[in-house]
Amino acid sequence: MSNTIDRRGFLECMAWAGSGLVWVLSGGVLSSRDLAEAAETPSVGGDFSFVQISDTHIGFNGEANKNVLGSLQQAIDRVNALRPAPELVLHTGDLTHGQKPGAFDTLAEALKSVRVGRVFYVPGEHDVFADGGKEYLNRYGRGTVGQGWQSFDYKGVHFVGLVNVLTFKAGGVGALGEDQLEWLEKDLDGLSTSTPIVVFTHIPLWAVYPQWGWTTQDGEQALGYLRRFGSVTVLNGHIHQIMQKVEGTISFHTARSTAFPQPAPGAAPSPGPLKVPVEALGSMLGVREVAYVQGKSPLAVVDSALGRQGP
Amino acid sequence: MRAGTRGHRLLLMGSVLLALVLIGAYASVAGPSDGGGAPQARVEIKDFAYQPATLTVRTGTTVTWINHDDELHTVTASAGRFASPGLEHDETFFQRFAEAGTYTYFCALHPRMTATIIVQ
Repeated sequence: MSNTIDRRGFLECMAWAGSGLVWVLSGGVLSSRDLAEAAETPSVGGDFSFVQISDTHIGFNGEANKNVLGSLQQAIDRVNALRPAPELVLHTGDLTHGQKPGAFDTLAEALKSVRVGRVFYVPGEHDVFADGGKEYLNRYGRGTVGQGWQSFDYKGVHFVGLVNVLTFKAGGVGALGEDQLEWLEKDLDGLSTSTPIVVFTHIPLWAVYPQWGWTTQDGEQALGYLRRFGSVTVLNGHIHQIMQKVEGTISFHTARSTAFPQPAPGAAPSPGPLKVPVEALGSMLGVREVAYVQGKSPLAVVDSALGRQGP
Repeated sequence: MRAGTRGHRLLLMGSVLLALVLIGAYASVAGPSDGGGAPQARVEIKDFAYQPATLTVRTGTTVTWINHDDELHTVTASAGRFASPGLEHDETFFQRFAEAGTYTYFCALHPRMTATIIVQ
């Protein structure tokens, strides 16, 4: 597949810098400003920044986006253009579309071009439903415990990757399970309350829209362990659109997909892939940059659309 | 039990015919198809739901599911007796029910999607 950008694509890229919103979280309150304004001060600054990408759905070939690899490449280009360069990438799941043969390989190959130190992953249901997570864990399980759970410290920030897609039951929603919750409680035990925490997982931990399964049944228990910390940032994917919420010291963010948008809660008969005009698609896909300033919480969160907004 | 997926195109043509034949077969008990073959029934997957949500069939009926959504769905028995792979748009899965019983199933990708086959 070609990675070159044609004239139209180039113009769209030119245009996207002037569209979209920058989200900055300050003192527990979110404020937004236009990306054009942010372009004058291109970096969100800080001691380091990292990027969240999500729901790459490699293998998807529906009407909503016939070129998910192309839009992923756009996202990668966007990440590589950030200055200063982000140091980590968090992928919040649905790497593949239903574990299509070769999809994990295709994604791995594409992400080789991301110029960051390391990429961390949590699985989405599309990555594990067919084999209970066997292939995913073979590829990405190293350095994790349980069934892909992980935590690590990076420059003063404690990152926790949770898995909430491995215990689906008929009629159910996302779930962490007792074992993982126990591990989480122990993992956080002993950390100073001033340690900034970043939690990343696929399905939202908060009840975004339970009617569509957009919640984690035992997410509240996990949040209970996190409430004592002064700065907690929870990053999710799964719903292919940006939603934000602040609850005390915990801020919740769901990310856009790099593959296809989904409707707002209840805005369609079902959460199926949203078909939008090609020219509007770029504005509904995106990546997220998060900057951390030591000693100054909370974190600054910036969402960028891949293409320009529709008219 | 016999289960499997079939290709798109042939099946599309076949399924149109089958649908015509089977209109009316959605009643409480699905009868044998014309020509005296094995009894057949169908479940449509649309807007993240199985239709009908409860289907009652005779022992020996082969049930065919067809996915009309643009998202993958599965037909996964709660008790583990059968499980389809991820079904693409217009893909089908079929399963013959040789034994009487109540079979609940769900979508392994969207577990809030649930339905039941009652075999009498």
